[in-house]
Parts: sequence; structure tokens; C-alpha cells
Amino acid sequence: MRYLPKSPAERQEMLVAIGARSIDDLFASIPAEFRLKAPLNLPGPMSEHEIIEYFRARAAENSCGYTSFLGAGVYNHLRSVVTDSLIQRGEFLTSYTPYQAEISQGTLQAIFEFQTLMCQLTGMEVANASMWDGSTANTEAVLMAERLTGRRRVVVARSLHPEYRQVLDTYTRNLGLRIQEVGFTPSGQIDAARLETAIDNETAAVIVQSPNFFGVLEQVPHLGELAHAKGALLVTAITEGVSLGAVRPPAGADIVAMEAQSFGLPPSYGGPYAGVIATRDKFVRQMPGRLAGETVDTAGRRGYVLTLATREQHIRREKATSNICTNQALCALAVAIHLCLLGKEGLKELAEQNLAKARFALQELEKIPGVRRAFSGPFFNEFVVELPRSVKMVNAALLREKIIGPLPLGSFYADLTKRALFCVTETTPRAEIERMAAALRQILSKPV
Amino acid sequence: MSDRIKKAGRHVSQNEGLIFEQSALGKRGIEFPPLDVPAVDARAALGAAYAREGIERFPEVSEIEVIRHFTRLSTWNHAIDLGMYPLGSCTMKYNPRVNEFVSRLDGIATEHPYQPQELSQGCLKILKMLLDCLVEITGMDAGTLEPAAGAQGELTGLLLIRAYLEDTQGQPRKKVLIPDSAHGTNPASAVIAGYEVENVPSDERGQIDIASLKKIVNGNVAAMMVTNPSTLGVFEQNIATAAELLHAHGALLYMDGANMNALAGVARPGDFGVDVMHLNLHKTFSTPHGGGGPGAGPVMVKKILQPYLPIPVLTEKSGRLALENHRLKSIGRVRAFGGNFGVLVRALAYVLAYGPGIRQATEDAVLNANYIRNNLEDVYDLPYKSPSMHEVVFSDARQKKNGVNTTDIAKRLIDYGFHPYTTSFPLIVPGALMIEPTESESKQECDLFVGAMRAIAEEAATNPELVKTAPHSTRVSRLDEVSAARKPILRWRPCPSGPCLR
Repeated sequence: MRYLPKSPAERQEMLVAIGARSIDDLFASIPAEFRLKAPLNLPGPMSEHEIIEYFRARAAENSCGYTSFLGAGVYNHLRSVVTDSLIQRGEFLTSYTPYQAEISQGTLQAIFEFQTLMCQLTGMEVANASMWDGSTANTEAVLMAERLTGRRRVVVARSLHPEYRQVLDTYTRNLGLRIQEVGFTPSGQIDAARLETAIDNETAAVIVQSPNFFGVLEQVPHLGELAHAKGALLVTAITEGVSLGAVRPPAGADIVAMEAQSFGLPPSYGGPYAGVIATRDKFVRQMPGRLAGETVDTAGRRGYVLTLATREQHIRREKATSNICTNQALCALAVAIHLCLLGKEGLKELAEQNLAKARFALQELEKIPGVRRAFSGPFFNEFVVELPRSVKMVNAALLREKIIGPLPLGSFYADLTKRALFCVTETTPRAEIERMAAALRQILSKPV
Repeated sequence: MSDRIKKAGRHVSQNEGLIFEQSALGKRGIEFPPLDVPAVDARAALGAAYAREGIERFPEVSEIEVIRHFTRLSTWNHAIDLGMYPLGSCTMKYNPRVNEFVSRLDGIATEHPYQPQELSQGCLKILKMLLDCLVEITGMDAGTLEPAAGAQGELTGLLLIRAYLEDTQGQPRKKVLIPDSAHGTNPASAVIAGYEVENVPSDERGQIDIASLKKIVNGNVAAMMVTNPSTLGVFEQNIATAAELLHAHGALLYMDGANMNALAGVARPGDFGVDVMHLNLHKTFSTPHGGGGPGAGPVMVKKILQPYLPIPVLTEKSGRLALENHRLKSIGRVRAFGGNFGVLVRALAYVLAYGPGIRQATEDAVLNANYIRNNLEDVYDLPYKSPSMHEVVFSDARQKKNGVNTTDIAKRLIDYGFHPYTTSFPLIVPGALMIEPTESESKQECDLFVGAMRAIAEEAATNPELVKTAPHSTRVSRLDEVSAARKPILRWRPCPSGPCLR
């Protein structure tokens, strides 16, 4: 077997050296009735070539050749080959969590740079080394707010990603946290009047997303004021990081929970991505996850270590701030590399291209009779459109044109049938936007 | 450098500051195709209240600078690709390159989790085949691939137990039993699942103490979490008895599968009474650790727990695969978008490479650990003499007499060209040296490691200062962790007066 570096003679030599008659001797501590008598029934073994052929065949059964207008928390953006070639360097790819700082300075400095970049993007003062994804980062932010305030109620915007709300529900159900949801207005923004009445002196946190699930930007500073007036914290989730190239960071937020997938990570059918928690300095000791910090060595040279580990499970066990151990380090590295490539100008240009493409697409769609935007609030690269027909029927027809249509909101919101969430990024050529609009016009012009 | 350091030599290591310190206005490392629709001004499109000006001090560097920066940083890391990385309980085995290749294919990396399922059959077949393989390897009945890492697997498993107890017994019970040798994630996960933790002491052999277990198992106990082989690298002789005892009291047995690399192809947890377990695909199944993730922590269960598995659930109807989101008894969703698919792809590629031959990998891993144990037990203290499986745990008791502790020995190992073993864990061994070579090490590499460890034992006796001040060959020497924690500097900030040279 090509991955195993021992010859049969060497195996024998090693067995002799340790005084074992056969390899089975080394498994004698497993009670005999539990030792397998026959080989496992598994596919393989396969050569490298066969493995590639197998996965190529599976890839061909997926969506190659289709143009997609899906976003909803996972975004198609241009990626540079530079990012992928750098993260495949064995020294990054095949190293462990940097507990041994002297021979992990590469990973540690990269994490320190990632933390800095996340602070710059979000406008926060401190960010951790990554969480599993945006949904778990959001949940951990809520648990963090509970620890900081000692309160047990949470108010959540209905315009927070539905799957993020489901994950929050799974985690908090057994912890005695009470969750209340607040709806949205015709602008697509959270209903601030209802929010104000929902927050009371027992509210630990208010959770909003901006741009929210409908693509609409929230008035975060105002929401922060409403939360703070009752001593609650404001958690702001961000699923589309690229928006931060054009949109003000969430001033007034106490904790930002971000999904950084948009920065150099492929959609990859759901993961792996990189979650982020960023917050204010004063809250750092209640933060979950790893943190890299700057220090000096015995000769006074600058270096980096994992720090404030007394928050973490391997030290604090049941009293830890979180159970997270393995995070998404390599994904965070990809994000850092991608952001360095983008730079200040690249990020701005990228964000503005998204703004332009999405607006162009909306204009094209609104030319179609019966099609109009469903919400009036400011948006980044996603928007909701009301269609005169069922979105699922429309999407089935679009598929025949090799177009993966918008997300039907009815599958998440019973009150939003016939509403479709479109995402248009810099990766969608004008010609494809026009082709989609023409196909939609055609579909809607036919009698049902 | 001492002539007995055979594996490592000194070489030039490039200096490199922070990327922010190389930034200069107007540089960039990526360019986009020209915009093919009318341009939009952010201020006009969003309004002044929402629009952002450029980000202060965001890096501005060219492509070559990005390449050099991160390449230089990478050379400061040790890695499996450079040599043995014997971190106990971490299973630092070879990460096959074909796994990286297939995870990046068009049609794999490019797929959106919300695309129509009829256009996702390839992805779903990958999930199905991996799940089937994991069922076969563990001897369990079903599972979920959703958890993002081992700790999330633990939480998921405990939530399943909770849901099962509530459903069948009317209440979830109060306590989870956890041996004192367990990973820290076990108790941390139990607390998030809403349970109290009761620590269970190990017996004098480091094993589950059935006599004391008998005393504490009662109707308040929901489950016991057992790592098998234990963190001492020893098979739990009493695992089936413990399972019977728990079951007799209506409680369940959770197995932490972190050490599955000792069992794959040899024994199956499903056969010795385990009700639910997680696997760390970034350990046993070779997906890269990547400096701390991403991982994946599938949870495998017996039939009784199947109705409670998290959504989405993979189903098959007349040859078509689907992900279903409506399950009455499900614990809900533990992570958005179904899981770390790219990691699952790599794990399947690993299983396919071995097939039933996965047993050979397990045998070699156990052979290496025993070979190292055999060659070091005359110079390092072995507190628990039970037979080792995939890892061996020594203590620094002998070297302590000369003031040399496990961390010192670990740091000195760096000078010999090896990554340290795991220090100071498990907690039941004071001054632990936890060594897991994995199957990926040749006899030659094991011999070099043994030689290095023996040389350090000798140094600890004859020249303890040399060991206590190690490492001597790295870019930086031991770092001041105390001041890092006392006055944390967790991000770069520009110096007030122009560029800051340090």
C-alpha cells in the first residue's frame, strides 16, 4: 500500500525487536470476541487514478454547466490560484494546532494577521482565530452574551438566516434560554418598534443580520441603541463579508459573528468555511475559541503564541467558555491570503462590482410584467423579488435553460410564497443576467 | 550542533515582518475583469448612512509579496510533510495529496448547498458512500456527517441521548459520567448539552473502575463518555461490562472515537456495546489538520437513536438520493448547510485508497507505538504497564530528578528535527509524554526518533541545562507566555509615528 512506508521484512524485524510472535499479539488486549475475524466489507482498494476517476464521475452528476443565482449565506466569488497554492504548502496543510510555538511561528503569525484583518473589516477591537462557520459563530456569540449579562432572554430577528436560527435553537433548547423572534417591515428591515417592546431587563442579546437574509441592510447603530437602553448586547451576524468593502461596519454591535466564506473559499456544497467572532476588548475573556497574541522570546525577539487559554476546554474543562477545539485554521489562512491579495482597493472594487451587478439584474427583472422587488430597504448583492407564480415552478422551467434560479423563500417563510431571493456577484456575466431575465419573461408569458 | 542530531541541520531562515508593515498605498495583488454593467457609486446606491469609506490601514501589497510573505511564514512551521509529528491523541498521519486534488474538482468544490437535489446526486452519492463505509468500520447502524469537528460531534451525540431519554423515559436525566483521563472537550460538550458532569476516577491500571462505576450509576445518569482506546493508548478491557451496567440502569454508552486509529479494521465499537460515538475525520481518516482545522466529526449511532439524528437526513427513494429537513423527532440542525463537505470528500478518498486493507494501517500504527515503547521504556518511566495500542504514555519522573520536565524534553526534541509529542496529557499521568507515531512512519524514522529520545534522556542526566533551555535551533527561543496573557496584544496596530521597524 503506497501510503505505508514499511516492507514486509521491516515489519517482521520490528515484531522480533519487541518480542512479539505475530502482529496479532499486539491486539491481544482486545477481548477475543470483539476482534474481527473477517475483513471489512469496504469498496477499494483503489489506485490514485481510480480515486480521481471515481470523483470525476460524481462531479459529472452535479451542476456543471449551469449558471446560478443562489446566495443565501454561501456565495460565488472569484478566487485566485495564489490562495490555493499557498494553503497547499505542506507546512501549512499538514501541521497541527500551534501549541508548540517555536516551530509554529508561521501558523501563529498568520492567525495574528487574520485576527487583525477581521478587526479591520468588522470595525471591532478583537477577533478570534476562527469558529466552525457563521451559524455556530452566531450561536457562540449568543452564549457569550448570556455569560456577559447573566440574562436568559434573547431576541432574534426573523430576517436572520433561517438555518442560523435553527442552529441557535438546537444549542439553546437545553440551556434554559428563551428566544423570541421579531418580524420585519415592508422595507425588509427588522420591525424596530416591535423590537423595542420585545427587549426588557432580562434580555441578554438582540441578534440581527446585516445584510440580512433578504439582502437588506439593517440600521445597526439604531438597533444598538435600543438594545443598550435596556442593558442588552447587540449581536450582528454577517453572512456576506464582501459587503464590508462598501457597507459601514456594524457600529453599535457588541459582538459580530461572521461567515468569511466569501473571501477565497469555494462553496463546496456547504463547507468547510470559516466563522469569525469579533468583539470589544473588554469582552475578550468571555470569548470562545483560540487567540494568537504577540510576545517576545528570551532574547527579546517578537513572536506569537496561543494565549488566554484559560478560557478553553483543554484547561477549564466543564467551566470553559465553549467546547470548541479544532477550528477552521486552514480556511482562516485562505481568507487572510485572499484579503491580502485584494487589499484596500481590490476589496472596494469587488464590493462595488457586486453592487452594480445586483442593481443591473434587478432592473432587468423589473422590466418583466408582474415582477417587482418585494422590499424597499438598501441592499448589497442580494434582493427579493415577488413573482406572479410559484417560484418552484419558475425554477423548474429555468433549469431547462441550464439556469439555477433564485431561492424560493416560501421554503423558509410560510408568509413569503412567490418571493424569490436572487444573488448576483461579480462572477455572473451580464450576458447570463440578460439570458436569465429573458428566460423568466418567456416563462411568465406562457399561461399556467 | 551536536553530531548526534542526525535528522536536522541548520539553514537560512528568511526574516519577515507582518504583512501590514509591507503595505504601501496603491498596490494590489488581484485584478478583476472589467465591469460589464453600468458602474455604481456606493454612496449613491446605499446612501451616506450605510456607505463605507476605504478601510484604514488595510494591507496593500502585490501578488509576489503575498507569495513571499506566506511562503516565508510557512517555512517556520514543522509539518508531517517534513517529518514525524508524534502528538499523542492527534493522529498526525500522512495527508494524501490525491484527497486535496479531488476535493478541488469542478463539480465538487463548486457546488452550492441550495442547488436542486437533482443536480447534486454526485455530492449525495459521496455522502452516502462515506456514511456506509463508516457504518461498516464502526459496526454502528446509522449516522450523521454534519458535525464540523469532534467537539461538535460530542455535543450532537449527547443531544441524541437527551432526546432519546426524553422521548422514551419522559425526562433527559441529569448527569454524564466522564473519566478523569478524558479529553477536555468531553465535559465542555456535556455542559452545553445541559448536563452536569461527574468525574469518574480510573483504577490503578488506568482503566474504567467497574466497582466504583457500580456505586455511581443510577437513574440520574444519562450516559458515560468513554474514550477507547483510552488516552493512555490502552484498550478498555471492561468496556462491554460498563455498557451492560449502564444499559441495566437505562443509561447509554458514548464513545469518543478520537483513538479509532487503533481499531479500524480490527474491532468495532458497535460490537462492544457502544450506543453512540463520534469520529474525527482529521485524525483517523487522514484529512489535514491545517494548523488547527477544518475537521469533521461524524456521529455514528445504534438504531434506537436514529429517529433523533440532526436534519438534514440523507434518504434514498428508488435510486434517487435526497436530503430531508422534516423529521418529527430530530434534535434539529447543528450546523448550517449540512457539514464540512470538502473534508468528507477527502475522508472518502482515504477509505477508497485502502478498502478492507485499512486494517494494515491500524496494524502498522500499533506496531510503531509498541516499537517505540520497547525501545524507550528502559530510559523513561512508564507509569501504566498495560499493553499499548496506537500510542504510549511515559512520564518525566526520572528526568525530574535533574530538574528536567516533559516540556523541556519536548522542546529539546525540536533540535533533533522532530515535532514534540503531546505534553502533560492525559491529566492522570503527572508530567506525561504522550507519543503517537501513526502508521505513516518508516522504521528508519522511528529509529531516528528513538535515538533522539535516548540522547535527550542522557543529556537530561549529564547536561540538564542544555535541555531546559531548548530549543536552540529555532528562529525564536521559548516565548514569554505569561506576559502574552497578562497584557494581551491580539492584533496589529499602526505605530502612531509612521512605519514601525522592530
